[in-house]
Amino acid sequence: MSQIILYTIITLVAIGAVAAIILYLVAQKFKVYEDPRIDQVEEALPAANCGGCGFAGCRNFAEALVKSESFDDLFCPVGGNEVMGAVATILGREAVEQDEQVAVIRCNGTPEFRPRTNIYDGAGSCAVAHSLYTGEGGCPHGCLGEGDCVVVCDFDAIHMNPVTGLPEVIDDKCTACGACVTACPRDIIELRKKNKKDRKIFVSCINEEKGGVARKNCSVACIGCSKCFNVCPFDAITMNNNLAYIDPVKCRLCRKCVPECPTDAILEINFPPPRDKSKEKVETASETTDSGGTEKTNKNS
Amino acid sequence: MGLLTFSRGGIHPAENKISAGKKIEFAGLPEQVIIPVSQHLGAPSKVLVKKGDEVKTGQVIAESSGFVSTNIHSSVTGKVLKVDAFPDTSGYRKMAVQIQVEGDEWVEGADTGDELITSIEYTSEEIRDKILKAGIVGLGGATFPSHVKLTTPKGKKADHLLINGAECEPYLTADHALMLEKSRELAIGTKILMKGLGVDKAIIGIENNKPDAIRVMEEAVSGDPGISVQALQVKYPQGGEKQLIKAILNREVPSGGLPVDVGVVVFNVGTAYASYNAVQKNRPLIERVVTVTGKSVSNPSNFLVRIGTPASYIIEKAGGLPEDTAKVINGGPMMGKAVSNLDIPIVKGSSGILIIRKEESARDAVKPCIRCTKCVSVCPMGLEPYLLMAQAEKGMYEDLEKDKVMDCIECGSCSYTCPSSRPLLDYIRLGKAEVGKIMRSRKAV
Repeated sequence: MSQIILYTIITLVAIGAVAAIILYLVAQKFKVYEDPRIDQVEEALPAANCGGCGFAGCRNFAEALVKSESFDDLFCPVGGNEVMGAVATILGREAVEQDEQVAVIRCNGTPEFRPRTNIYDGAGSCAVAHSLYTGEGGCPHGCLGEGDCVVVCDFDAIHMNPVTGLPEVIDDKCTACGACVTACPRDIIELRKKNKKDRKIFVSCINEEKGGVARKNCSVACIGCSKCFNVCPFDAITMNNNLAYIDPVKCRLCRKCVPECPTDAILEINFPPPRDKSKEKVETASETTDSGGTEKTNKNS
Repeated sequence: MGLLTFSRGGIHPAENKISAGKKIEFAGLPEQVIIPVSQHLGAPSKVLVKKGDEVKTGQVIAESSGFVSTNIHSSVTGKVLKVDAFPDTSGYRKMAVQIQVEGDEWVEGADTGDELITSIEYTSEEIRDKILKAGIVGLGGATFPSHVKLTTPKGKKADHLLINGAECEPYLTADHALMLEKSRELAIGTKILMKGLGVDKAIIGIENNKPDAIRVMEEAVSGDPGISVQALQVKYPQGGEKQLIKAILNREVPSGGLPVDVGVVVFNVGTAYASYNAVQKNRPLIERVVTVTGKSVSNPSNFLVRIGTPASYIIEKAGGLPEDTAKVINGGPMMGKAVSNLDIPIVKGSSGILIIRKEESARDAVKPCIRCTKCVSVCPMGLEPYLLMAQAEKGMYEDLEKDKVMDCIECGSCSYTCPSSRPLLDYIRLGKAEVGKIMRSRKAV
């Protein structure tokens, strides 16, 4: 009896040893050299696998970084300059700094400003609603409020505000991966440069219709009057198809455009209360900000 | 012959043909009409008029801008107020011509009398040309320009013309009313289309829930050996082109193919009637029969409506909007789309305005798929709607294309039958749109 056990053990050990030798030889023969730096770089990346860099995941991005000659067009928005600095150290290259970005919702069409004209009871998806019609408020460019951007956010950084019916970005959690930008069928969400203390000035509207038509559907729509364009001292504002756009890089946050806007379409967020002469006007503008609920976002976070 | 039908899938929704038996009534002229320049599939027409121009009934106001395009005519006499973008059913603004109505004086050459002209004195080229000039498109709802269908592609040959009088969509009775009242004109229209197409056999398919229409049409075509009437079982979506061909001729259109691939061309009864008017009477397509119906509507009717008339005008004619209205649908309950505003114009493809009550309109809460495959068994195209929906939801467009999403005819049988009230067609439509975009961009490269 004990002999059977003994033979079994000997046979198995022998098979194991032979197999190990074959495996070792095969592994030596077909060895693929992999740059050890890929592992190091992958280690340094945030491992979110969000796809914000444009690659399928962090591993692919690490391979691309190691293979690349320079850091042109290669940037991890989630890790930001810190992670890219670490990657640069591993690869022994000069780090390229980029402005930190944050997602911004360019629609302020709350029920108060953009009255509901109908009720949507179709599939709960912005993409479906967008392909069907203009939406509950009648504006063909405005937020549909079904929350496609919330669903795709991997970082829990975007929520629907049930009162305003608009999504809100939590600046501290937003990594600027751009998933929401792609998901929004109306291209409302934009990645803009992050400023000190999360300050923001932007045109919260993307309606390109003629002023009268746009305003009929929504009282805070940009009507393309060019008043902000004329007052901007830094040439940061451009006018295209009845719509003003503030370049986030050129904008120096002077806030001169804010009181000019006749429809309060330009929002200023996280600024201290104004002290200067045009006090009254600016106050009305910041009131709009409050009711838009954007201020609240930062309190929550 | 016994009753025929298509073999795969299909459903039996409640018919609710409330307005059946109502005579076609001229709706009258509204104060203003808004005539969109893109009422057909294909390239939008090119506008020929400008603000302040005086136009007559039947005058071309926008001309065909390509092979798959057609002419648009003024449906009234009056003054052009504006050439601008106006909201359509979806609320999105599309280019249209707004005309202040002053009267109803026809352009020269148009025969507005009721006299029946039986002899067809035109060659098939002349017929095609007249149909293009008259702006005729498929009036069943797809609005594909008819002259394109009459032009058989090289290497293919049609041997049968089918006239679609199935009207399988619940509530709608416009085609039914047309067959009852204009049967002789329809028979001549069919002959015109046969000549235009160069075929000597035509079959008019009518569902068995319209026995009076079957009888009247049989009488109207009795003198013509080439045309016959075929009674069909009642089953939705029998009026789908491919389903009708399968039902009547037992031929199956290949995936991605056209009916002409199996030697058939299908026209709606409305199109046949419009062809009669265009060829025999020189009257372009400026009006169509529209059913205004709904369970609470005080006077459900079949109206003869000028193109561009606001929906609100004909709703008023049918007794006004009932108090318990929840939804107004442009088209029938299965394939129609809810309107976002009542001033949308009636266009060539509008077959009905359906007014739905609150208790009928509510959609149940969406529940998870229980894999019952009811949607698979009712799909008349043999697709797997539950799978297509999941793929569309997740943006798997390559898989969608592989699983033949483009074969979907958007009949809505899947959504209708789903015990979990899943919005199957909503997502499949989205997937179709995306896959269509990808296919077009591939073609363009």
